[in-house]
Amino acid sequence: MAGMSGKRLQKELAKIQGILPPGISLVSADDLREWQMDLTVPDNSIYPPDEKYRLRFHFSTNYPIEAPEVVFMLLSNPERKIPLHPHIYSNGIICLDLLDKQGWSPVHNVESVCISIQSMLASNTKAERPPGDAEFVRSNRSRPRDINFLYHDPTV
Amino acid sequence: MPPTRKRKLDQTASTIHATSPPKRHQAEEFKEVEAALPATPQTLTSDKGMDSDDDFNSVASSMDLGEEMSSSVDFGAGDSDGDVEEYEDDNTGFEATAKDLANKRKAFETDFKVYSPQDIQNQQDGQVAEVANLLEQPPEATAILLRYGRWNKERLIEQYMDNQEELLEKAGLGQDIRRNPPRIETVIGFACDICCEDGQDLESFAMTCGHRFCTDCYRQYLTQKIKDEGEAARIKCPGDRCNKVIDAKSLDLLVPSDLTDRYHVLLMRTYVDDRESLKWCPAPNCVYAVECGVKKRDLLKVVPTVHCECKHAFCFGCTLADHQPCPCALVKKWLKKCADDSETANWISANTKECPKCHSTIEKNGGCNHMTCRKCKNEFCWMCMGLWSEHGTSWYNCSRFEEKSGHDARDAQAKSRQSLERYLHYYNRYANHEQSAKLDKDIFHKTEKKMTLLQSTSGMSWIEVQFLEGASQALQQCRETLKWTYAFAYYLARNNQTEIFEDNQRDLEMAVENLSEMFEKPTDQLAGLKVEMLDKTAYCQKRKVVVLDDTARKLKEGEWDLLLLTPC
Repeated sequence: MAGMSGKRLQKELAKIQGILPPGISLVSADDLREWQMDLTVPDNSIYPPDEKYRLRFHFSTNYPIEAPEVVFMLLSNPERKIPLHPHIYSNGIICLDLLDKQGWSPVHNVESVCISIQSMLASNTKAERPPGDAEFVRSNRSRPRDINFLYHDPTV
Repeated sequence: MPPTRKRKLDQTASTIHATSPPKRHQAEEFKEVEAALPATPQTLTSDKGMDSDDDFNSVASSMDLGEEMSSSVDFGAGDSDGDVEEYEDDNTGFEATAKDLANKRKAFETDFKVYSPQDIQNQQDGQVAEVANLLEQPPEATAILLRYGRWNKERLIEQYMDNQEELLEKAGLGQDIRRNPPRIETVIGFACDICCEDGQDLESFAMTCGHRFCTDCYRQYLTQKIKDEGEAARIKCPGDRCNKVIDAKSLDLLVPSDLTDRYHVLLMRTYVDDRESLKWCPAPNCVYAVECGVKKRDLLKVVPTVHCECKHAFCFGCTLADHQPCPCALVKKWLKKCADDSETANWISANTKECPKCHSTIEKNGGCNHMTCRKCKNEFCWMCMGLWSEHGTSWYNCSRFEEKSGHDARDAQAKSRQSLERYLHYYNRYANHEQSAKLDKDIFHKTEKKMTLLQSTSGMSWIEVQFLEGASQALQQCRETLKWTYAFAYYLARNNQTEIFEDNQRDLEMAVENLSEMFEKPTDQLAGLKVEMLDKTAYCQKRKVVVLDDTARKLKEGEWDLLLLTPC
């Protein structure tokens, strides 16, 4: 099992170090279990075109059978904010069916997840946090994969 | 602040006078006659598609009745309460009804059937085979279709006839499995999208959707789904957003047998969960499932108690332990009411007043009407709540007694007090029986030891001391019933029926207390009390049947006036 995620990640990394779609870049993958990626969002006035957002991927040994844990990071140097979006909590947790048991497919990879999140931001029209953000951020103690999100809004 | 008082138990039983003879009612008489007649052995008929309204009138006698029959052989002769003698002259219509009695069931009994896991499997396989034949689909595919249609055969077949393509697509089947049987292949130029492996002899598998992955990845994917996520009925293709559902045959090809076993266990679970007429027995470690035709909408009219092979009696409606005669909705309300603090609030409003100045809650536990609030030092009169300084000269004797505001306040308080008292009346008796059942059990465990002792001292054989066990079990069951009669009574508005109900309840209670008392006798006397104890056991069972039958019948006919809207 452990061998599987290792090999797959090696190959993904090799591919990512070659070429990536515009606005997506690899920051670090020193530890094969945890990668960091930077994103920019094109063509959406909610997000300044030069503002970068930092994603952290955490892979279990079961990857890619199991989805990676993907969250936005809040950093001061370099400055990385949590993008404003009705499905992204202010602690960086993303509510996206792709990252959940039901929506995940082992065919997905780091690149496809980045593209999905990038397009989720690009098509966003509401500069707001999810309802109940403050309460969730204060009380949530579980890992993103153990949260039961309700994907009630397929349009955003 | 005073603690909640509702946990305080009183000795209900002691208030009942064992000397007053039990009242007789026409209806009960009739039931007793029934009980005395030979019962048909329990015949359990499969109840597919059975209509809940009809099932009360057909066949089968319950376990209770069966037990009663075996232990009450001599009650006609030895009955000390003299309750059987009069039935002959009372019931003129006896001849006419006697014919129906053999196959008439008690109103509180429900038809049900217990299935072992093997039975469930067979039933499932049978349905699949039947529909597979009709649709001319292989069984693996039919199983997926049936699961998709939640085992509603008729509707599924209809949908299939209407639009075969659409149904297959929606169910995750796609084209024909027969023409394209699942197999593991090595495909030239294949690279697995999951592990990124390639290689000439890499074995791979794809369903009809064509999403091909290496067998290793497929296996891991399925293992994850089955073992960690507990999925079985709708495991989809690993491909992105692919709707194809894995079938049993493909699964067999790909995973080791321990996993297929687990897969089938999970399938069986969903099979039972999917069907409204099937439920798992909720007892710990019990593997049986029970089939019963009572529908959700019937639950205000019937309390469907079923008896599992494992001896656990539970309600098919809500899967809680048997709570006859109280309907599920009331049980739920009652348990919630007992668990929450709603009565604490009631106690406070019934027994305390607020300081008119700072609104601190004050309980007056003695002394005169001149109150001084400990918090704000406000001095006021407990009776009229007015300022003490304005109270004039008639100190210690409030003259402003009849003022309207005071009147209203007292009215509200009286109401609170009355509602609390009403609740406590029923709760105390409910809790008392719950507690007593536990105590009876403890005594029984001690008695078990006594039984062994009895065998060695009196020379009685093992079988001869079993009457103690029978008595203990009857006690437990009757107390359980009594417990729920009190919860039921709490939600019952007074009408003519409640009087009969209360009489029946009291008779059962008396019978139970009489039997319970016998357990406290010293061991050396027990052997001599065998006949009396057997009689009392039989009598308890009989009174229980009377209570249950009467309530169930009236429930079904809507004769109870239920206070369903009582605020919790």
